[in-house]
Amino acid sequence: MSLILETPAAAGRPAMQPVAARVASIIKETHDTFTLTIEPPEGDPVAYFQPGQFSMLYDFGVGELPISISGDPERREHLTYTIRSVGQVTYQLVTRKPGESIAIRGPFGSSWPMKEARGKSVLIIAGGIGLAPLRPAIYHVLRHRGDYNRLVVLYGGRSPRDLLYRKEFAAWGMLPDTQALCTVDYGGVSWRGYVGVVTTLLRHVRMQPTETIAMLCGPEIMMRYATRELESRGLPPSQIYLSMERNMKCAVGFCGHCQMGPYFVCKDGPVFPYTKMKPYMDLYEL
Amino acid sequence: MRKKLYRLDRAGLSSLFDVLKQEGYLVYGPTLCDHAIQWLPLSSLDDLPAGWTTSTAPATYRLLRDSAGSLFHYWTGPDSLKKVLHPARACITHAERDNGSFRIWNETPQPVKRAFFGTRACDLAAVTALDRVLLQDRFEDDIYKANRAAAFFVAVHCTSSAPTCFCASTGTGPQARSCFDIALHERSPQEYLAEPGSASGSAALEKLAAPLAPPEWAKELAESCTHAAAAQQRRIDLNTAPVVISLNFDHPRWDHVAKRCLSCGNCTSVCPTCFCVNFEDHTSLDLQQAERLRLWDSCFSQNFTYIHGGSIRLSPKSRYRHWLSHKLARWQEQFGTSGCVGCGRCIAWCPAGIDITEEIAALQTTTHAAAMTGVSNHGN
Repeated sequence: MSLILETPAAAGRPAMQPVAARVASIIKETHDTFTLTIEPPEGDPVAYFQPGQFSMLYDFGVGELPISISGDPERREHLTYTIRSVGQVTYQLVTRKPGESIAIRGPFGSSWPMKEARGKSVLIIAGGIGLAPLRPAIYHVLRHRGDYNRLVVLYGGRSPRDLLYRKEFAAWGMLPDTQALCTVDYGGVSWRGYVGVVTTLLRHVRMQPTETIAMLCGPEIMMRYATRELESRGLPPSQIYLSMERNMKCAVGFCGHCQMGPYFVCKDGPVFPYTKMKPYMDLYEL
Repeated sequence: MRKKLYRLDRAGLSSLFDVLKQEGYLVYGPTLCDHAIQWLPLSSLDDLPAGWTTSTAPATYRLLRDSAGSLFHYWTGPDSLKKVLHPARACITHAERDNGSFRIWNETPQPVKRAFFGTRACDLAAVTALDRVLLQDRFEDDIYKANRAAAFFVAVHCTSSAPTCFCASTGTGPQARSCFDIALHERSPQEYLAEPGSASGSAALEKLAAPLAPPEWAKELAESCTHAAAAQQRRIDLNTAPVVISLNFDHPRWDHVAKRCLSCGNCTSVCPTCFCVNFEDHTSLDLQQAERLRLWDSCFSQNFTYIHGGSIRLSPKSRYRHWLSHKLARWQEQFGTSGCVGCGRCIAWCPAGIDITEEIAALQTTTHAAAMTGVSNHGN
C-alpha cells in the first residue's frame, strides 16, 4: 500500500502566501549544485509532498523560484531540494547556512504516476539536474519494492564532475532487480564509464515495453529523443511521463508565463503523460 | 414576472450617482484625461465626458466633439476595469529581517466598495472572463477577489458601434446581458432607461422613486442594439478559430504580421482580459525590509519565457502567434470561455495598426473547409 499522503492544498493557506522555513542542512553535491534540506514550514507539523511536485522557494529580497523536491516523500521531518546555482536566487539559496531562514510556498503541481506503475517495471531517464525531481520516485519504488517489477535508472550528465548523488547512484546499481547506468557527454582521461547521450544506454536495458512505465526529466531535447527511442522500442506513449520546464512566476496559473499550448505547466504539470505533450513537443517556439 | 424598467431624466441619473455615493461606493466613470477617455473616480456626473465622442481605427484613437451632448456617445478607451480590479502594480508580500532570520507576510487585501458607472457589454464580458481565470479555477487571486466582491456595475448599452468594435461576433455585445447591477440606455442626454440586473441594483433604483418606463422602450433598445450589431465592420469567427489556429502553426501569415509587430505589448496592456503578471523584489537601503511587487506583464517581452539556457519564444513572430492563439483558441481549451471580447482596443492601440480580426481571417481563408471539419484540434 502506498503511504504517500494526499497533499493538502498548501495546508489551506492562500496560494500566494510564502511561509518561513528554517534551513536544516546543506550538502555540496557538485561544483555548482547543492542539496538543501529545510524543516517543515511554520505551522506544518510534517513535510508532505508527492514525488514530482515542486515548491516555490523565496529568499529575502532576491525573489522566488520553482524548485522540485528531491527527497524521500516518506521522510516527513524535512523537505529536500537539489539546486544548481545558476542565477541570483539560486546562488543566494545555496549559500544559506543551517539555522537561517528561507520562505516557501507549495508543494504544487502534478506528480509521477506511482499508482499507475504498480505491478510494472519503472524506467527512469534523467538528464542533468533532471535526476533531482525523479529521486523521490526512485525512493518510493525502493521503499515499496514489492509493488513494482524492475527498476531501471538511466542518467546522463555533461561530465563526471557534474554527476549528482554518485554514491547513492552506485548503491542503486547493486540492488536486486535494479539497473542504474550513467553516461556523460565528455568523459576525460580518467572516466571508465559510458560516453554519449542518455538514449544510448537504452540498448543495455532489459525490459518488457508493454509492462513498463517510463518517467523522464531533463533538457527538452533529451526528452524529445528519449520519447522517440522509447516508442521505437515498443513503449506505448500512454506509458511515458515527462516533467516539463517553463518560466514560472506564481505556480498557480495566474502569471501566464508557463503556458505550453493549452496547458499551464505549473498547475496542469509539471508531470504530463506523453500523450498530452506529444502534439506540442516538436513545435519550435510554441 | 417581468423586470421593472425605470425612466430616469438627467436629474434622476444624478440621484442614482448620489445613492451610490451614500451607500459608500467610490464611483468610477469614464472621464477626459490625457487626450483619451479613461476610468477615474468621479466627483459628480459632471465629470463624464458630455459632448465628446471618439473616433477609432487601426492605430488611431481621437477625441471629437459631439454636438448632441450625449454622456455616453463613445466607446472603449485605452483602459478597462482590469486597471482597477486587477491592478497593474500591487505589493503582495512583505518581509522584514528579524534576528538573523526574517518574518514574511502578505497583507490581506481589503475590499473597497467601487461602482463603475458606464461599463460596456464587452468590458463586463471581460470581467466574467477574468472571474473564470482568477476566481473560479483551482486557486483564488486575493486582490482580484477583494476588488471584485465589492464592485457594482452600472452598464451602458451600446446603441452604435465604433469601427473597431466586433462584439457582435464574439457574442459579448453591444447590449449588456449579464454581470451588471443596473444597465442604462441613453435615449437622449436627458432621458434614460434603467434596468436592474441584481438585487442591489433593484434596491438602488427603488430608492430613486423614478417613474416606470413605457414597455416599448425595451423593444426600441433591443432594436437599436441589433442595428449597432449589424453596423459592425469587423468580425471574428470564434467557432472555427481554435481549429484554424492549430492547423496553421507554420502559416506564412505569422511571418507577415511579425514584420509589422513591434513587440511593444500595447495590445496586452489595453486588453481587458490579458491577466499575465510578473514579480519584482525591492529591498530597503539598509536591507532590513523587502517587498515583492506584482506587475502586469506582457507575453510580447522576450524575458517572459526565459528559462536557464534562453527564452522559449525568441522571435516576435512566435510571441504574436502565442498571444493570438491564446486569445482565440487556448483560452477556450483552458477556461471554456473566449479570451477575446471584441472590444477592439488592441486594434486601435497597436502602433502598427495590426488587426486581430484581419489576422485570424487571413488564416481562415487559406484553411480548407474540409480540413477544418476533419480535425478537431491539436490537443485531442
